[in-house]
Amino acid sequence: MTTVAERTQRLAESWEEAPGLASWFKTVDHKKIGRRYIWTASVFFAAAGFEALALRTQLARPDQTLIGPGAYNQLFTMHGTTMIFLFATPMLFGFGNYFVPLMLGARDMAFPRLNAFGYWVFLFAGLLMNASFLFGQAPNGGWFNYVPLTGPEYTPEVNIGFYTVGLLFLGISTTAGAINFIVTTFKLRAPGMSLNRIPLFVWAVLATAFAVVFALPALNADNAMLLLDRKFGFHFFDPAAGGDPVLWQHLFWLFGHPDVYIIVLPALGIVSAIVPVFSRRPMVGYFWLVLANVATAVISFGVWVHHMFAVGLPQLSMSFFSAASLLITIPGGIQIFAWVATMLRGRVVLATPMLFVVGFLISFVAGGLTGVMFGVVPFDQQITDSYFVVAHFHYVLFGGAVFPILAAVYYWMPKITGRLLDERLGKLSFWLIFGGFNLLFFPMHVSGLLGMPRRVYTFLPGLGWEGWNLASSIGAYVVAAGFLATLGNLLWSLRRGRPAGDDPWGGDSLEWATSSPPPPYNFAAVPVVHSAYPLWEDRFRERLDTAQGSPGRQLAGDHEVLRTSELDAEPERAIEMPEETVVPLVVALGFLVAFGGLLAGWYLVAALGVPVVLAGLAAWAWPRREEVAR
Amino acid sequence: MSRRHPRRPPAGRWRWAVLVAGGGLAAQLGGCGRTSPSPLDPHGPGAERVAGLWWLLFWISAVVFVVVSLLVAAALVRRRGDRDTLVRRGGGELLIVVGGVVVPAIVLTAVYVVGLRDLRALTVPRGTDLTVEVIGHDWWWEVRYPREGIVSANEIHVPVGRPVRLVLTSKDVIHSFWVPQLTVKTDLIPGHTNTTWIQASSPGAYRGQCAEYCGLQHAKMAILVVAEPPDAWAGWLAAERRPAAAATDPTAARGRLALERNSCAACHTVRGTAATGTVGPDLTHFGGRRTIGAGALPNTRGNLGGWIVNSQTVKPGNKMPPQPLTPEELQDLLAYLESLN
Repeated sequence: MTTVAERTQRLAESWEEAPGLASWFKTVDHKKIGRRYIWTASVFFAAAGFEALALRTQLARPDQTLIGPGAYNQLFTMHGTTMIFLFATPMLFGFGNYFVPLMLGARDMAFPRLNAFGYWVFLFAGLLMNASFLFGQAPNGGWFNYVPLTGPEYTPEVNIGFYTVGLLFLGISTTAGAINFIVTTFKLRAPGMSLNRIPLFVWAVLATAFAVVFALPALNADNAMLLLDRKFGFHFFDPAAGGDPVLWQHLFWLFGHPDVYIIVLPALGIVSAIVPVFSRRPMVGYFWLVLANVATAVISFGVWVHHMFAVGLPQLSMSFFSAASLLITIPGGIQIFAWVATMLRGRVVLATPMLFVVGFLISFVAGGLTGVMFGVVPFDQQITDSYFVVAHFHYVLFGGAVFPILAAVYYWMPKITGRLLDERLGKLSFWLIFGGFNLLFFPMHVSGLLGMPRRVYTFLPGLGWEGWNLASSIGAYVVAAGFLATLGNLLWSLRRGRPAGDDPWGGDSLEWATSSPPPPYNFAAVPVVHSAYPLWEDRFRERLDTAQGSPGRQLAGDHEVLRTSELDAEPERAIEMPEETVVPLVVALGFLVAFGGLLAGWYLVAALGVPVVLAGLAAWAWPRREEVAR
Repeated sequence: MSRRHPRRPPAGRWRWAVLVAGGGLAAQLGGCGRTSPSPLDPHGPGAERVAGLWWLLFWISAVVFVVVSLLVAAALVRRRGDRDTLVRRGGGELLIVVGGVVVPAIVLTAVYVVGLRDLRALTVPRGTDLTVEVIGHDWWWEVRYPREGIVSANEIHVPVGRPVRLVLTSKDVIHSFWVPQLTVKTDLIPGHTNTTWIQASSPGAYRGQCAEYCGLQHAKMAILVVAEPPDAWAGWLAAERRPAAAATDPTAARGRLALERNSCAACHTVRGTAATGTVGPDLTHFGGRRTIGAGALPNTRGNLGGWIVNSQTVKPGNKMPPQPLTPEELQDLLAYLESLN
């Protein structure tokens, strides 16, 4: 008989990755990878934030010449592209990576090496796209990159190449991540966690992952066609040769509108994780929220044409997409009222995470209401592409995603670092960001209603736009100060923060059942759950503690996870997880060479990447000695 | 963990923000902003309809926003117990059904119907017999009256009270025609021909600006719609149909020669002269236009001189290169261009 301590020791040894630099390149631990996603996305967020500050500085006064049109167009393009592709989704994937396995009671993601590979590709694609600044040739076609402006005739320079090749490369990472979330959610849940007990954050990530899998092919096809047009003389989008520039728009928005929900849904999932904990009660309408998640993901594929109401499409088709665009606000409304009902029927604790959630509620409702307006065709035709739409989508994306992400930072960072952030500095940061955000974006509604179009590098005096623009620019700096406060708070907490303990907030989901930060194996014993709020079950911790050391609950092979059934999470069998390896990095590097060569037009170099990728994949799939023996 | 959290309802702070924002908004949109090309200061039936639609949507949104904010505020100001015990009461789903499903379904259906009605109202009225073609270029607007045989740029003259059909296309990339005080925007797409219409209900010059990002100088691609009483418009039309005015005084005559001999003629047309270029705007009646460079500058002698010598300082990247003219040539040219009424 081995003691509990010995068994736990063995578990630790089997999951611990060797220390040192080599291990840094080889890790497959979902927590390390999740942390990397979060930090890398934060760096891209800072870059895109500085770009925004530059834009707002240029627009503080009319007729300024701080930034010329060429630089301005690159900056606003990279601001949008970076925020959407390199910050929002990777940041939420980062939290997903860290917390989905923990919330499911699993020891890792289903495919740890694919997970590592996804991170490396994301990192390389992000660096590749931003390397364009070194050449002064950053993408300059706007984040939706309309042809023919971005085609070979009007932008022959390499700027757009960084966009098309970068996004095709990045798409590999996003798709791999999404598949991993889907399989993890369906196969690695703690016994007893049937579909109707999955934490709402995980439901949101699951719905998002499905949306990614179905939406990205449209963007990839678009970018592949543009690449062929630009590099190899094809004419998909060239009207002179029978191509059609409107095709780009259809494909782009067939991806682009679902992408709004790909960003917002997991953020709403964060809200659904935080609201019950800080209302001290289970969520009102769990079922409604799940339904709303799934409905949003499905309907989001039927609304793309509302980005194209000014293109001159037939009235009948616009009527259809108008109806769908209005319809999709209903699941949004369901979620809003579910959170509000939970808060009303509970007892709100207004700690910093909840404060950011309240900021989110107010901003997201405002952004949702202006969103309804854009579902009404004539209003959209009048106001689209004005500053009003800039205000609208920042209320949706900053209000709907950045506030929840900040809430997640204050809520979950203590789990990741083991230390609490400072509440007073957190609240100061909230008020700076919330106040600055409204000073920054609310006036844009007005400048839009006064006729100011978006994406202009300067404007004339005397049109009534000066004051509103100045207010926006001041607001941008206030927001920046608020982020500095949170950054300072984080750095301070790493050294000085109060120890968080396992469960600083009295949480309901499984991530709070383990230590902060969690051990490499997450849970010594596989947790068994009986509700959607396992930690609020009677004597849950005692039951988990007693299970420690029991061979069935620890899994005999140590480096194993428990596979369970899709619907009811009945235990099926333990499966062995792969060890750390450098292979995902090698494959990602091979892809980097291939895509980099394609971008530069060095096709021989690009071809060199292919054998590296193939060799890496072969090594990846090579069965291990024990597997062969079995 | 047991630290008490301040029980301050944030409503007091918000009230100020709402008052300031609301006051500013009302002041701007309600009259102080007369100089703005605002869709909420409509001067035509199309824009008027959409302005009405906006106010409907605005008030619905305002009510919803206030109701949700009050519910959130109510949740925040309620007495809070200690955070260590859980609340075990049920209920609250009714709020989801009513607030999240029933009410939105009713309101959205109504909004949808109103939207469809307004969409239909924006179709080109029957019997519209005046047609203007607008062709987008990087970064200016070519304006043609096909039946009247007029070619102009960056300015559309229309008679007050009469619907005008606009036929829109583009020579290069996608642009968007947006004169907010008259009607909704419509894109100009290469390979496509779009149709919209405008009608001005009162005389005036209505500013518009390209609304689809079209590259380097998207910011400086403005257009003016000048609405005149029918008589004045007819006069303008008659003048515009004639070829360029003959250069009467000797300075202007020398200016005409300078225009024909220098690179100007390679890109610009002045009907009745040897200048027949088609790259840039037609200048036959340039003297009567109000702006230079698609709204980049007011059309004054000083501005025009600066523009000709080096327009790149005003509108970097536009297709007109700096003109190496002697000071005398420049003065002659300015005199000639000003005489082109």
